[in-house]
Amino acid sequence: MNATATLTWFARHELTLAWRDWAAMMAGGRTKRERAVTIGALFFIGLLHWLAYAILAPILKPEMLASKQALIVLTATLLLTFSMMMSQAIEQVTRAFYARSDLDLILSSPASSQHLFAIRIGSIAVAGAMMTSLLTAPFINMATYLNGAHFLSAYAVIAAMSMLATGLAVIGAIALFKSVGPKRTRLIAQIVAAVVGAALLIGLQVAAIMLYGNLSRFDVLKSDLIARSAPDASSLFWLPANAVLGDALSIVALMIAGGAFLATVIAHYSNQFGGHAIAAAGVSDHTDAKGSAQRPFRSLTAKQALRAKEWTLLKRDPWLASQTLMQILYLVPPALLLWRDMGANTQVHVILAPVLVMAFGQLAGGLAWLAISGEDAPDLVATAPLPRRAIMRAKNEAVLMAIATVALPLVGGVAIVSIGGAIATAAGIAVAAVSAIAIQLWFRVTATRSQFRRRQTASKTSTFAEAFSSIFWAGATGFAAAGSLFALPFVALALITLAIAYAISPRA
Amino acid sequence: MRSSAPALQITDLRKSYTRPAVDGLSLTIHRGEFYALLGPNGAGKTTTLRMVAGLLQPDAGQICICGIDARTSPVEAKSVMAWVPDEPMIYDKLDPMEYLEFVAGLWAMDARRAETQARELIGILGLEPHANTRCQGLSKGMRQKVALAGALIHDPELIILDEPLTGLDAASARQVKEVLRQRVANGTTVIMTTHILEVAERMAERIGVIAQGRLIAEGTLAELSVQAGHGGTNLEEIFLSLTSAESAAA
Repeated sequence: MNATATLTWFARHELTLAWRDWAAMMAGGRTKRERAVTIGALFFIGLLHWLAYAILAPILKPEMLASKQALIVLTATLLLTFSMMMSQAIEQVTRAFYARSDLDLILSSPASSQHLFAIRIGSIAVAGAMMTSLLTAPFINMATYLNGAHFLSAYAVIAAMSMLATGLAVIGAIALFKSVGPKRTRLIAQIVAAVVGAALLIGLQVAAIMLYGNLSRFDVLKSDLIARSAPDASSLFWLPANAVLGDALSIVALMIAGGAFLATVIAHYSNQFGGHAIAAAGVSDHTDAKGSAQRPFRSLTAKQALRAKEWTLLKRDPWLASQTLMQILYLVPPALLLWRDMGANTQVHVILAPVLVMAFGQLAGGLAWLAISGEDAPDLVATAPLPRRAIMRAKNEAVLMAIATVALPLVGGVAIVSIGGAIATAAGIAVAAVSAIAIQLWFRVTATRSQFRRRQTASKTSTFAEAFSSIFWAGATGFAAAGSLFALPFVALALITLAIAYAISPRA
Repeated sequence: MRSSAPALQITDLRKSYTRPAVDGLSLTIHRGEFYALLGPNGAGKTTTLRMVAGLLQPDAGQICICGIDARTSPVEAKSVMAWVPDEPMIYDKLDPMEYLEFVAGLWAMDARRAETQARELIGILGLEPHANTRCQGLSKGMRQKVALAGALIHDPELIILDEPLTGLDAASARQVKEVLRQRVANGTTVIMTTHILEVAERMAERIGVIAQGRLIAEGTLAELSVQAGHGGTNLEEIFLSLTSAESAAA
């Protein structure tokens, strides 16, 4: 087998695996529901396009697009997208070194590890571009519909950004391997990924709070201060934005720069990939020298033992730590808003309540999956002498208590501004958390905690149900905090979402 | 009534997937007995034991554990039994002592007694150097021993082990066999599946051979030899003779 054949052979192998992974993700492993899933997906895509149209139609006017302000907003949007892509790429690239599924087989074969990693890094760039294209497609398609085909060039910009993000992620991962060693690289990379993904958005929100007293990043982007300090319209700084607006030269320049950068990174670092992957494998086999402190056994009931176990595992899970950090980071702007306006703005709780409900609903979903589905010793727990219902109740209590511990200080802060708002927020967080737990119970699967990353791809239905339930409860809480009866339709929507989720769940 | 009842009594147990996995199996295992359940791959051994452990719902049949109907009183049945699967399922982020504390909590043991038992088991199984090291760093053999310690800590009357010696080195396998022998000597009942026929031959008082979901032979080595219809005294020969005759008949 010559070198070229090896490269193409690896590419074909990776493509086959990626396709099967994608197909399984879309079908959620249930071929019988393919038709229902397809119809649901089409409906959802249609809804997203309608939403994108509603948002873009009032603002996409030719005269507005020609302004410097449009370049600022577009560039900021691209930077936000790029930060998300970077976050994803850091996570994926690091995983490529630590995933052991087929790496042991391939690295112990005479095949070239350089070729394998070149293909794997390339496929991360492709997957990143595809995923971002999918998520932004409604906006790009509607912008094209409203303003012309030149907006389709946004897809090329996404491809270039994905190559750039992947290249930077490789450099970052290798730098981490060299500086902190393979043992700490994974955890630090996870935290860096979480921070990179959230930093820009949060930074803009913090700026909006400090300057304008609200959470709208657009108020900052449209400000005179930004307009004055931004470079001239002819500057290269606007190249990505100009590419999105259809400037052919900018598109070509961006594509060449992205492609050349990624190719250079792969060529430069590919000979180190195998060594780092082997070092990463050594970490997973290495005995953890750090032992737990010796302490006497506690007298625990079965339910207390289950709760204590769940909390200990939650505390010791680095992946969860980074995910929780992400959730907490998103809570920084509302907390800052609360601190800044405490007592000064009596309506602040109306803004805060839905944000908190949304964040805690999502957090509860993740924790509930870990407690309910991500059980590493299902046989042990199932053979313990206590009813199945009691096991589930103990696990759910563990999740709710963890949520309550994190939520309590924030709800307390809201109470200083408005007692009614705090009651609405607490109730909203409680129902959003209970809904997320219920969805996880209905869609529970047998999995290990290490599969947490794939929880959202395992069942699209539960992911969407969880997201919509949190959104509707957040809306209901916002209106309830404002004393508006508009809360009722949102409550109805949340209940309908839960009813549909239950009806189509495997537990129904 | 309970104290005189067999450790395990299975009557006409059935479970089907696309085809019958367990097909009218009946089995009685006495208290304090070391029983080996043998059979070719896919014979229904693990399915049978998972139904006994309450991890699978039978289609039909009765399971009585120490006189307790496991289908109508599963919690009571589980309280006198322990299950050790072939793949050790333990928590990576807990150390062996924390794992044993958790298991003791599940079986609602007194904390002081549990700690004493845990330290004793950790010592017997040679896990002291790793007692406070998170399980993620342990080898498969050590993990298997931690899982076994978890099964023994609450002093079950019946221990069910599915391929307990897989992945263990010679010294660890000897430790595990010794621990099981001691338990049986103290009146505990052990049921074990294994593909290592030599282990079954040396350790088991009675051996059951299962094929295509049915018990095709049962007894001591001598009794099995008679049932196999030849004078061989080697379990491997007897086993192959019994299972090949069964598959030929099927």
